[in-house]
Amino acid sequence: MRIPCPFCGDRDLTEFTYLGDATIARPDPEGPDAAQRFYEAVYLRDNPAGLLDELWYHGAGCRTWLRVTRNTVTHEVRGAVFANPHAATGAGA
Amino acid sequence: MKQALSGHRGWGPAWRDAEPKSAYDIIIVGGGGHGLATAHYLAKVYGITKVAVVEKGWIGSGNAGRNTTIIRSNYLLPGNNPFYEFSMKLWEGLEQDVNYNAMVSQRGVLNLYHSDAQRDAYARRGNAMRMHGVDAELLDRDAVRRLVPFMDFDNARFPIQGGLLQRRGGTARHDAVVWGYARAASDRGVDIIQNCEVTGFLRDGDRVVGVETTRGAIKAKKVGMAVAGNTTKVARLAGLKLPIESHVLQAFVSEAIKPFIAGVVTFGAGHFYISQSDKGGLVFGGDIDGYNSYAQRGNLPIVEDVCEGGMAVMPAIGRVRMLRSWGGIMDMSMDGSPIIDHAPMPGLYLNTGWCYGGFKATPASGYCFAHLLARDVAHPTATAFRLDRYATGHLIDEKGSGAQANLH
Repeated sequence: MRIPCPFCGDRDLTEFTYLGDATIARPDPEGPDAAQRFYEAVYLRDNPAGLLDELWYHGAGCRTWLRVTRNTVTHEVRGAVFANPHAATGAGA
Repeated sequence: MKQALSGHRGWGPAWRDAEPKSAYDIIIVGGGGHGLATAHYLAKVYGITKVAVVEKGWIGSGNAGRNTTIIRSNYLLPGNNPFYEFSMKLWEGLEQDVNYNAMVSQRGVLNLYHSDAQRDAYARRGNAMRMHGVDAELLDRDAVRRLVPFMDFDNARFPIQGGLLQRRGGTARHDAVVWGYARAASDRGVDIIQNCEVTGFLRDGDRVVGVETTRGAIKAKKVGMAVAGNTTKVARLAGLKLPIESHVLQAFVSEAIKPFIAGVVTFGAGHFYISQSDKGGLVFGGDIDGYNSYAQRGNLPIVEDVCEGGMAVMPAIGRVRMLRSWGGIMDMSMDGSPIIDHAPMPGLYLNTGWCYGGFKATPASGYCFAHLLARDVAHPTATAFRLDRYATGHLIDEKGSGAQANLH
Protein backbone atom coordinates (compact mmCIF):
# COMPACT_ATOMS: atom_id res chain seq x y z
CA MET A 1 0.00 0.00 0.00
CA ARG A 2 1.36 3.41 -1.00
CA ILE A 3 -0.19 6.72 -0.07
CA PRO A 4 0.13 9.76 -2.39
CA CYS A 5 1.07 12.48 0.09
CA PRO A 6 0.17 15.87 -1.43
CA PHE A 7 3.45 17.33 -0.13
CA CYS A 8 5.97 14.45 -0.39
CA GLY A 9 4.52 12.42 -3.27
CA ASP A 10 3.89 8.67 -3.39
CA ARG A 11 5.24 7.13 -0.16
CA ASP A 12 5.29 3.68 1.44
CA LEU A 13 2.79 2.63 4.11
CA THR A 14 5.53 2.33 6.75
CA GLU A 15 5.97 6.12 6.83
CA PHE A 16 2.40 6.64 8.05
CA THR A 17 0.41 6.14 11.25
CA TYR A 18 -3.29 5.35 11.18
CA LEU A 19 -5.97 7.11 13.18
CA GLY A 20 -9.16 5.92 11.52
CA ASP A 21 -12.47 7.24 10.26
CA ALA A 22 -12.10 10.90 9.26
CA THR A 23 -15.80 11.60 9.08
CA ILE A 24 -16.33 11.63 12.84
CA ALA A 25 -16.63 15.15 14.22
CA ARG A 26 -16.15 16.08 17.85
CA PRO A 27 -19.60 16.77 19.31
CA ASP A 28 -20.49 19.98 21.08
CA PRO A 29 -19.66 19.40 24.77
CA GLU A 30 -22.23 22.05 25.74
CA GLY A 31 -25.03 20.34 23.77
CA PRO A 32 -28.05 18.96 25.60
CA ASP A 33 -27.33 15.36 24.51
CA ALA A 34 -23.53 15.67 24.77
CA ALA A 35 -23.00 12.38 26.67
CA GLN A 36 -24.87 10.36 24.07
CA ARG A 37 -23.16 12.17 21.18
CA PHE A 38 -19.71 11.60 22.67
CA TYR A 39 -20.49 7.91 23.17
CA GLU A 40 -21.44 7.69 19.50
CA ALA A 41 -18.36 9.61 18.35
CA VAL A 42 -15.91 7.62 20.47
CA TYR A 43 -17.31 4.11 20.09
CA LEU A 44 -19.74 3.63 17.22
CA ARG A 45 -18.35 3.13 13.72
CA ASP A 46 -19.80 2.85 10.23
CA ASN A 47 -16.92 0.46 9.44
CA PRO A 48 -17.82 0.32 5.72
CA ALA A 49 -16.73 -2.44 3.35
CA GLY A 50 -15.71 -0.15 0.52
CA LEU A 51 -14.56 3.46 0.33
CA LEU A 52 -13.61 5.06 3.64
CA ASP A 53 -12.24 8.54 4.34
CA GLU A 54 -9.61 8.15 7.02
CA LEU A 55 -6.89 10.08 8.84
CA TRP A 56 -3.23 9.12 8.37
CA TYR A 57 -0.25 10.94 9.89
CA HIS A 58 2.86 11.20 7.72
CA GLY A 59 5.29 10.87 10.63
CA ALA A 60 8.33 9.84 8.58
CA GLY A 61 7.71 12.53 5.96
CA CYS A 62 6.19 15.99 6.12
CA ARG A 63 4.55 15.30 9.51
CA THR A 64 1.13 16.52 8.45
CA TRP A 65 -2.21 14.85 8.90
CA LEU A 66 -3.76 13.56 5.69
CA ARG A 67 -7.30 12.67 4.76
CA VAL A 68 -6.94 9.54 2.65
CA THR A 69 -9.72 7.89 0.65
CA ARG A 70 -9.13 4.15 0.60
CA ASN A 71 -11.09 1.05 -0.30
CA THR A 72 -11.20 -1.29 2.71
CA VAL A 73 -11.98 -4.31 0.52
CA THR A 74 -9.16 -3.95 -2.02
CA HIS A 75 -6.71 -1.63 -0.16
CA GLU A 76 -6.77 0.64 -3.23
CA VAL A 77 -5.88 4.21 -2.24
CA ARG A 78 -7.99 6.67 -4.24
CA GLY A 79 -6.29 9.88 -3.13
CA ALA A 80 -5.07 12.00 -0.25
CA VAL A 81 -5.47 15.64 0.74
CA PHE A 82 -4.29 17.62 3.77
CA ALA A 83 -6.65 17.08 6.68
CA ASN A 84 -6.20 20.74 7.56
CA PRO A 85 -7.08 22.77 4.45
CA HIS A 86 -4.67 25.52 5.56
CA ALA A 87 -1.67 23.15 5.64
CA ALA A 88 -0.95 23.57 1.91
CA THR A 89 -0.64 27.38 2.00
CA GLY A 90 2.16 27.45 4.57
CA ALA A 91 4.03 24.48 3.08
CA GLY A 92 4.62 26.02 -0.34
CA ALA A 93 3.62 22.79 -2.04
CA MET B 1 -8.22 -49.13 9.90
CA LYS B 2 -10.42 -50.20 6.99
CA GLN B 3 -9.98 -46.75 5.41
CA ALA B 4 -6.23 -46.92 5.78
CA LEU B 5 -6.14 -50.22 3.87
CA SER B 6 -8.54 -49.12 1.12
CA GLY B 7 -6.94 -45.84 0.09
CA HIS B 8 -9.29 -43.59 2.10
CA ARG B 9 -11.93 -43.77 -0.65
CA GLY B 10 -14.85 -44.81 1.54
CA TRP B 11 -15.39 -41.77 3.79
CA GLY B 12 -18.88 -40.29 3.88
CA PRO B 13 -19.77 -36.70 4.84
CA ALA B 14 -19.61 -36.12 8.60
CA TRP B 15 -22.74 -33.97 8.66
CA ARG B 16 -25.87 -33.39 6.60
CA ASP B 17 -25.62 -30.58 4.05
CA ALA B 18 -29.20 -29.47 4.72
CA GLU B 19 -31.73 -27.61 2.59
CA PRO B 20 -33.35 -24.64 4.34
CA LYS B 21 -36.79 -25.26 5.86
CA SER B 22 -39.34 -22.46 6.09
CA ALA B 23 -39.05 -21.91 9.84
CA TYR B 24 -36.89 -22.74 12.87
CA ASP B 25 -36.88 -21.93 16.55
CA ILE B 26 -33.42 -20.40 16.28
CA ILE B 27 -31.27 -19.37 13.33
CA ILE B 28 -27.57 -18.81 13.83
CA VAL B 29 -25.92 -16.66 11.19
CA GLY B 30 -22.33 -17.77 10.62
CA GLY B 31 -21.04 -21.33 10.32
CA GLY B 32 -17.68 -20.84 11.95
CA GLY B 33 -16.47 -22.32 15.20
CA HIS B 34 -18.60 -20.02 17.35
CA GLY B 35 -21.80 -20.53 15.35
CA LEU B 36 -21.48 -24.31 15.20
CA ALA B 37 -20.51 -24.52 18.88
CA THR B 38 -23.64 -22.50 19.68
CA ALA B 39 -25.76 -24.95 17.69
CA HIS B 40 -24.15 -27.93 19.42
CA TYR B 41 -24.75 -26.60 22.93
CA LEU B 42 -28.27 -25.45 22.06
CA ALA B 43 -29.07 -29.00 21.01
CA LYS B 44 -27.14 -30.88 23.67
CA VAL B 45 -27.40 -28.72 26.79
CA TYR B 46 -30.54 -26.69 26.20
CA GLY B 47 -32.54 -29.27 24.24
CA ILE B 48 -33.40 -26.98 21.32
CA THR B 49 -32.90 -28.83 18.05
CA LYS B 50 -35.07 -26.86 15.60
CA VAL B 51 -31.97 -24.85 14.83
CA ALA B 52 -30.37 -23.79 11.56
CA VAL B 53 -26.83 -22.55 11.02
CA VAL B 54 -26.67 -20.47 7.84
CA GLU B 55 -23.25 -19.88 6.31
CA LYS B 56 -22.50 -17.80 3.22
CA GLY B 57 -19.56 -19.98 2.13
CA TRP B 58 -18.59 -23.35 3.51
CA ILE B 59 -18.36 -23.99 7.25
CA GLY B 60 -15.09 -22.95 8.84
CA SER B 61 -14.10 -20.84 5.83
CA GLY B 62 -13.64 -17.61 7.76
CA ASN B 63 -11.54 -17.01 10.84
CA ALA B 64 -12.05 -20.59 12.07
CA GLY B 65 -9.68 -21.55 9.26
CA ARG B 66 -7.35 -18.57 9.63
CA ASN B 67 -6.24 -18.58 13.27
CA THR B 68 -3.09 -19.90 14.93
CA THR B 69 -4.95 -22.56 16.97
CA ILE B 70 -3.85 -21.42 20.43
CA ILE B 71 -5.97 -22.15 23.50
CA ARG B 72 -5.29 -20.51 26.86
CA SER B 73 -7.05 -18.80 29.77
CA ASN B 74 -4.34 -16.48 31.10
CA TYR B 75 -6.61 -13.48 31.62
CA LEU B 76 -6.39 -10.87 34.34
CA LEU B 77 -9.73 -9.10 34.67
CA PRO B 78 -12.75 -10.45 36.60
CA GLY B 79 -15.07 -10.08 33.58
CA ASN B 80 -12.80 -12.14 31.34
CA ASN B 81 -11.09 -14.67 33.56
CA PRO B 82 -14.02 -16.94 34.54
CA PHE B 83 -15.25 -16.97 30.94
CA TYR B 84 -11.94 -18.01 29.40
CA GLU B 85 -11.35 -20.58 32.14
CA PHE B 86 -14.80 -21.99 31.41
CA SER B 87 -13.66 -22.22 27.81
CA MET B 88 -10.44 -23.96 28.85
CA LYS B 89 -12.43 -26.54 30.83
CA LEU B 90 -14.69 -27.13 27.84
CA TRP B 91 -11.59 -27.62 25.66
CA GLU B 92 -10.37 -30.25 28.11
CA GLY B 93 -13.56 -32.27 27.65
CA LEU B 94 -14.31 -31.33 24.06
CA GLU B 95 -13.25 -34.50 22.31
CA GLN B 96 -15.39 -36.70 24.57
CA ASP B 97 -18.27 -34.23 24.33
CA VAL B 98 -18.47 -34.11 20.53
CA ASN B 99 -16.82 -37.50 19.91
CA TYR B 100 -14.29 -36.06 17.50
CA ASN B 101 -10.52 -35.86 17.68
CA ALA B 102 -9.83 -32.14 17.90
CA MET B 103 -6.14 -32.74 18.67
CA VAL B 104 -6.35 -30.68 21.86
CA SER B 105 -2.77 -30.55 23.08
CA GLN B 106 -2.01 -28.93 26.44
CA ARG B 107 1.61 -28.21 25.63
CA GLY B 108 1.82 -24.98 27.65
CA VAL B 109 1.70 -21.27 26.83
CA LEU B 110 4.70 -19.21 27.91
CA ASN B 111 4.62 -15.39 27.97
CA LEU B 112 8.13 -13.92 28.15
CA TYR B 113 9.06 -10.92 30.28
CA HIS B 114 12.07 -8.68 29.86
CA SER B 115 12.01 -6.14 32.68
CA ASP B 116 11.17 -5.85 36.37
CA ALA B 117 7.99 -3.95 35.54
CA GLN B 118 6.84 -6.60 33.12
CA ARG B 119 7.67 -9.32 35.67
CA ASP B 120 5.53 -7.55 38.26
CA ALA B 121 2.69 -7.26 35.76
CA TYR B 122 2.91 -10.98 35.01
CA ALA B 123 3.14 -11.81 38.74
CA ARG B 124 -0.10 -9.87 39.20
CA ARG B 125 -1.70 -11.64 36.25
CA GLY B 126 -0.54 -15.03 37.51
CA ASN B 127 -1.90 -14.29 40.99
CA ALA B 128 -5.24 -13.18 39.54
CA MET B 129 -5.39 -16.39 37.54
CA ARG B 130 -4.63 -18.58 40.56
CA MET B 131 -7.21 -16.75 42.68
CA HIS B 132 -9.74 -17.72 40.00
CA GLY B 133 -8.55 -21.33 40.06
CA VAL B 134 -6.51 -21.13 36.87
CA ASP B 135 -3.02 -22.62 36.77
CA ALA B 136 -0.13 -20.17 36.44
CA GLU B 137 3.58 -20.37 37.15
CA LEU B 138 6.02 -17.49 37.19
CA LEU B 139 9.31 -18.77 35.83
CA ASP B 140 12.72 -17.22 36.27
CA ARG B 141 15.33 -17.06 33.56
CA ASP B 142 16.85 -20.48 34.28
CA ALA B 143 13.47 -22.18 34.27
CA VAL B 144 12.64 -20.59 30.91
CA ARG B 145 16.04 -21.65 29.61
CA ARG B 146 15.29 -25.25 30.52
CA LEU B 147 12.04 -25.10 28.56
CA VAL B 148 13.19 -23.16 25.50
CA PRO B 149 17.01 -23.13 25.50
CA PHE B 150 17.53 -21.78 21.99
CA MET B 151 16.23 -18.23 22.47
CA ASP B 152 18.40 -15.11 22.55
CA PHE B 153 18.44 -14.64 26.32
CA ASP B 154 20.97 -11.80 26.18
CA ASN B 155 19.23 -9.76 23.51
CA ALA B 156 20.47 -6.17 23.92
CA ARG B 157 16.99 -4.59 23.81
CA PHE B 158 14.82 -7.33 25.33
CA PRO B 159 16.96 -9.67 27.48
CA ILE B 160 14.78 -12.54 28.68
CA GLN B 161 14.31 -12.43 32.46
CA GLY B 162 11.64 -15.11 32.73
CA GLY B 163 8.10 -15.92 31.78
CA LEU B 164 4.56 -16.63 32.90
CA LEU B 165 3.61 -20.20 32.07
CA GLN B 166 0.16 -21.70 31.81
CA ARG B 167 0.77 -25.42 31.45
CA ARG B 168 -2.87 -26.22 30.64
CA GLY B 169 -2.78 -23.90 27.63
CA GLY B 170 -1.74 -25.19 24.25
CA THR B 171 -3.17 -25.77 20.81
CA ALA B 172 -6.08 -27.51 19.11
CA ARG B 173 -6.71 -28.47 15.51
CA HIS B 174 -8.91 -25.64 14.16
CA ASP B 175 -10.62 -27.54 11.31
CA ALA B 176 -11.34 -30.53 13.53
CA VAL B 177 -13.05 -28.21 16.03
CA VAL B 178 -15.36 -26.95 13.29
CA TRP B 179 -16.04 -30.42 11.92
CA GLY B 180 -16.52 -31.93 15.37
CA TYR B 181 -19.09 -29.34 16.39
CA ALA B 182 -20.77 -29.61 12.98
CA ARG B 183 -21.15 -33.37 13.18
CA ALA B 184 -22.30 -33.34 16.79
CA ALA B 185 -24.89 -30.62 16.07
CA SER B 186 -26.03 -32.23 12.84
CA ASP B 187 -26.50 -35.62 14.55
CA ARG B 188 -28.88 -33.94 17.01
CA GLY B 189 -31.00 -32.48 14.22
CA VAL B 190 -29.44 -29.08 13.59
CA ASP B 191 -29.57 -28.03 9.92
CA ILE B 192 -26.25 -26.75 8.58
CA ILE B 193 -27.01 -24.72 5.47
CA GLN B 194 -23.99 -23.72 3.42
CA ASN B 195 -23.76 -21.27 0.48
CA CYS B 196 -26.60 -19.34 2.07
CA GLU B 197 -25.79 -15.68 2.59
CA VAL B 198 -28.02 -13.50 4.75
CA THR B 199 -29.20 -10.51 2.70
CA GLY B 200 -31.69 -9.01 5.13
CA PHE B 201 -33.80 -9.54 8.22
CA LEU B 202 -37.51 -10.32 8.33
CA ARG B 203 -39.20 -7.85 10.65
CA ASP B 204 -42.52 -7.73 12.45
CA GLY B 205 -42.57 -4.15 13.64
CA ASP B 206 -39.39 -3.81 15.64
CA ARG B 207 -38.93 -7.53 16.19
CA VAL B 208 -36.61 -9.67 14.09
CA VAL B 209 -38.57 -12.77 12.97
CA GLY B 210 -36.20 -14.39 10.50
CA VAL B 211 -33.69 -13.80 7.75
CA GLU B 212 -33.75 -13.17 4.01
CA THR B 213 -31.09 -15.26 2.34
CA THR B 214 -29.77 -16.05 -1.11
CA ARG B 215 -31.71 -19.31 -0.74
CA GLY B 216 -35.00 -17.70 0.27
CA ALA B 217 -36.59 -16.34 3.43
CA ILE B 218 -36.35 -18.40 6.62
CA LYS B 219 -38.49 -17.60 9.67
CA ALA B 220 -37.26 -17.99 13.22
CA LYS B 221 -38.33 -17.03 16.73
CA LYS B 222 -34.78 -15.89 17.46
CA VAL B 223 -31.79 -15.00 15.28
CA GLY B 224 -28.22 -15.06 16.60
CA MET B 225 -25.29 -13.45 14.81
CA ALA B 226 -21.81 -15.00 15.03
CA VAL B 227 -20.16 -13.53 11.96
CA ALA B 228 -16.87 -12.10 13.30
CA GLY B 229 -15.34 -9.62 10.84
CA ASN B 230 -18.60 -9.27 8.93
CA THR B 231 -20.52 -8.15 12.03
CA THR B 232 -20.92 -4.57 10.83
CA LYS B 233 -22.19 -5.67 7.42
CA VAL B 234 -24.82 -8.02 8.83
CA ALA B 235 -25.82 -5.67 11.66
CA ARG B 236 -26.35 -2.87 9.14
CA LEU B 237 -29.04 -5.04 7.50
CA ALA B 238 -30.91 -4.71 10.79
CA GLY B 239 -30.21 -0.97 11.00
CA LEU B 240 -27.73 -1.41 13.82
CA LYS B 241 -24.48 0.53 14.32
CA LEU B 242 -21.97 -1.18 16.64
CA PRO B 243 -18.71 -0.40 18.45
CA ILE B 244 -16.80 -2.64 16.04
CA GLU B 245 -14.11 -2.05 13.43
CA SER B 246 -12.94 -4.72 11.00
CA HIS B 247 -9.17 -5.13 10.85
CA VAL B 248 -6.88 -7.61 9.13
CA LEU B 249 -4.62 -9.86 11.20
CA GLN B 250 -1.95 -11.88 9.42
CA ALA B 251 -0.52 -15.26 10.35
CA PHE B 252 2.31 -17.30 8.95
CA VAL B 253 3.57 -20.85 8.68
CA SER B 254 7.03 -22.10 7.79
CA GLU B 255 8.11 -25.25 6.02
CA ALA B 256 7.90 -28.34 8.23
CA ILE B 257 10.90 -29.12 10.43
CA LYS B 258 11.60 -31.72 13.11
CA PRO B 259 10.17 -31.09 16.61
CA PHE B 260 11.72 -27.84 17.82
CA ILE B 261 9.35 -25.75 19.91
CA ALA B 262 7.49 -27.78 22.53
CA GLY B 263 4.80 -25.29 23.53
CA VAL B 264 3.54 -21.84 22.63
CA VAL B 265 5.96 -18.95 23.20
CA THR B 266 4.81 -15.34 23.12
CA PHE B 267 7.20 -12.41 22.83
CA GLY B 268 4.76 -9.61 23.51
CA ALA B 269 7.41 -6.93 23.67
CA GLY B 270 8.38 -7.76 20.10
CA HIS B 271 4.87 -8.41 18.79
CA PHE B 272 5.54 -12.04 18.03
CA TYR B 273 4.28 -15.45 19.10
CA ILE B 274 5.04 -18.92 17.82
CA SER B 275 4.21 -22.59 18.17
CA GLN B 276 4.91 -25.67 16.10
CA SER B 277 2.11 -27.61 14.47
CA ASP B 278 1.94 -31.38 14.61
CA LYS B 279 2.88 -31.38 10.92
CA GLY B 280 6.10 -29.62 11.85
CA GLY B 281 5.47 -26.15 10.48
CA LEU B 282 6.24 -23.19 12.70
CA VAL B 283 2.98 -21.25 13.12
CA PHE B 284 3.49 -17.64 14.09
CA GLY B 285 1.98 -14.19 14.05
CA GLY B 286 2.06 -10.71 15.51
CA ASP B 287 -0.02 -7.56 15.46
CA ILE B 288 -2.94 -6.51 13.31
CA ASP B 289 -1.99 -4.40 10.29
CA GLY B 290 -3.60 -1.44 12.02
CA TYR B 291 -6.05 -0.04 9.46
CA ASN B 292 -9.66 -0.94 8.67
CA SER B 293 -9.82 -3.81 6.21
CA TYR B 294 -12.12 -6.46 4.81
CA ALA B 295 -9.46 -7.78 2.44
CA GLN B 296 -8.41 -11.08 4.13
CA ARG B 297 -4.85 -10.26 3.15
CA GLY B 298 -2.39 -7.86 4.70
CA ASN B 299 0.59 -5.79 3.63
CA LEU B 300 4.30 -6.47 3.68
CA PRO B 301 5.39 -4.11 6.50
CA ILE B 302 3.69 -6.39 9.05
CA VAL B 303 5.27 -9.47 7.47
CA GLU B 304 8.64 -7.81 7.97
CA ASP B 305 7.75 -6.66 11.50
CA VAL B 306 6.65 -10.13 12.63
CA CYS B 307 9.69 -11.83 11.13
CA GLU B 308 11.97 -9.26 12.78
CA GLY B 309 10.33 -10.05 16.11
CA GLY B 310 10.92 -13.74 15.51
CA MET B 311 14.54 -13.21 14.58
CA ALA B 312 15.11 -11.09 17.67
CA VAL B 313 13.89 -13.70 20.13
CA MET B 314 14.72 -16.92 18.22
CA PRO B 315 17.59 -16.30 15.81
CA ALA B 316 17.65 -20.00 14.90
CA ILE B 317 14.41 -19.77 12.93
CA GLY B 318 16.07 -17.45 10.42
CA ARG B 319 17.20 -20.44 8.40
CA VAL B 320 13.68 -21.81 8.05
CA ARG B 321 11.78 -20.68 4.99
CA MET B 322 8.35 -19.14 5.32
CA LEU B 323 5.78 -21.19 3.47
CA ARG B 324 2.52 -19.26 3.59
CA SER B 325 0.92 -16.17 5.05
CA TRP B 326 -2.73 -15.30 5.23
CA GLY B 327 -5.05 -12.74 6.72
CA GLY B 328 -8.31 -12.93 8.64
CA ILE B 329 -10.80 -10.15 9.33
CA MET B 330 -11.10 -9.44 13.04
CA ASP B 331 -14.17 -7.95 14.67
CA MET B 332 -12.22 -5.46 16.78
CA SER B 333 -14.35 -4.15 19.62
CA MET B 334 -13.43 -0.80 21.06
CA ASP B 335 -12.16 -2.17 24.40
CA GLY B 336 -10.69 -5.39 23.04
CA SER B 337 -13.26 -7.63 24.75
CA PRO B 338 -16.21 -9.52 23.28
CA ILE B 339 -19.94 -8.83 23.24
CA ILE B 340 -22.47 -11.60 23.92
CA ASP B 341 -25.75 -9.82 24.41
CA HIS B 342 -29.23 -8.98 23.16
CA ALA B 343 -29.34 -6.57 20.25
CA PRO B 344 -31.42 -3.44 20.93
CA MET B 345 -34.32 -4.93 18.92
CA PRO B 346 -36.16 -8.05 20.18
CA GLY B 347 -35.46 -11.35 18.45
CA LEU B 348 -31.84 -10.54 17.52
CA TYR B 349 -28.78 -11.64 19.52
CA LEU B 350 -25.14 -10.59 19.12
CA ASN B 351 -21.95 -12.58 19.46
CA THR B 352 -19.07 -10.38 18.33
CA GLY B 353 -16.01 -8.35 19.27
CA TRP B 354 -13.61 -11.29 19.53
CA CYS B 355 -10.71 -9.21 18.25
CA TYR B 356 -7.77 -11.53 17.68
CA GLY B 357 -8.71 -13.97 20.45
CA GLY B 358 -11.73 -15.79 19.10
CA PHE B 359 -10.38 -19.29 18.63
CA LYS B 360 -9.61 -20.08 22.27
CA ALA B 361 -13.05 -18.78 23.20
CA THR B 362 -14.90 -21.03 20.74
CA PRO B 363 -16.43 -23.53 23.24
CA ALA B 364 -17.45 -20.99 25.90
CA SER B 365 -18.63 -18.51 23.30
CA GLY B 366 -20.90 -21.18 21.87
CA TYR B 367 -22.05 -22.32 25.33
CA CYS B 368 -22.78 -18.80 26.60
CA PHE B 369 -24.44 -17.70 23.37
CA ALA B 370 -26.61 -20.83 23.46
CA HIS B 371 -27.51 -19.97 27.08
CA LEU B 372 -28.49 -16.44 26.08
CA LEU B 373 -30.52 -17.65 23.09
CA ALA B 374 -32.28 -20.36 25.09
CA ARG B 375 -32.89 -18.56 28.39
CA ASP B 376 -32.75 -14.86 27.44
CA VAL B 377 -30.32 -14.15 30.27
CA ALA B 378 -26.53 -14.05 30.16
CA HIS B 379 -24.59 -17.14 31.23
CA PRO B 380 -22.97 -16.51 34.67
CA THR B 381 -19.48 -16.42 33.14
CA ALA B 382 -20.45 -13.93 30.40
CA THR B 383 -22.39 -11.28 32.30
CA ALA B 384 -19.74 -8.61 31.66
CA PHE B 385 -19.88 -8.87 27.87
CA ARG B 386 -22.72 -6.38 27.53
CA LEU B 387 -23.32 -4.20 24.50
CA ASP B 388 -24.19 -1.17 26.64
CA ARG B 389 -20.90 -1.19 28.57
CA TYR B 390 -19.42 1.39 26.18
CA ALA B 391 -22.19 3.83 27.03
CA THR B 392 -22.08 3.14 30.77
CA GLY B 393 -18.29 3.06 31.08
CA HIS B 394 -17.98 -0.56 32.26
CA LEU B 395 -15.25 -1.37 29.74
CA ILE B 396 -13.25 -4.59 30.00
CA ASP B 397 -9.88 -3.15 29.30
CA GLU B 398 -7.73 -6.27 29.39
CA LYS B 399 -4.97 -5.11 27.08
CA GLY B 400 -5.55 -1.39 27.04
CA SER B 401 -6.32 -1.52 23.36
CA GLY B 402 -9.23 -2.32 21.11
CA ALA B 403 -9.24 -1.45 17.45
CA GLN B 404 -6.75 1.24 18.41
CA ALA B 405 -4.73 1.81 21.52
CA ASN B 406 -5.78 5.44 21.88
CA LEU B 407 -9.41 4.93 22.73
CA HIS B 408 -9.21 4.46 26.49
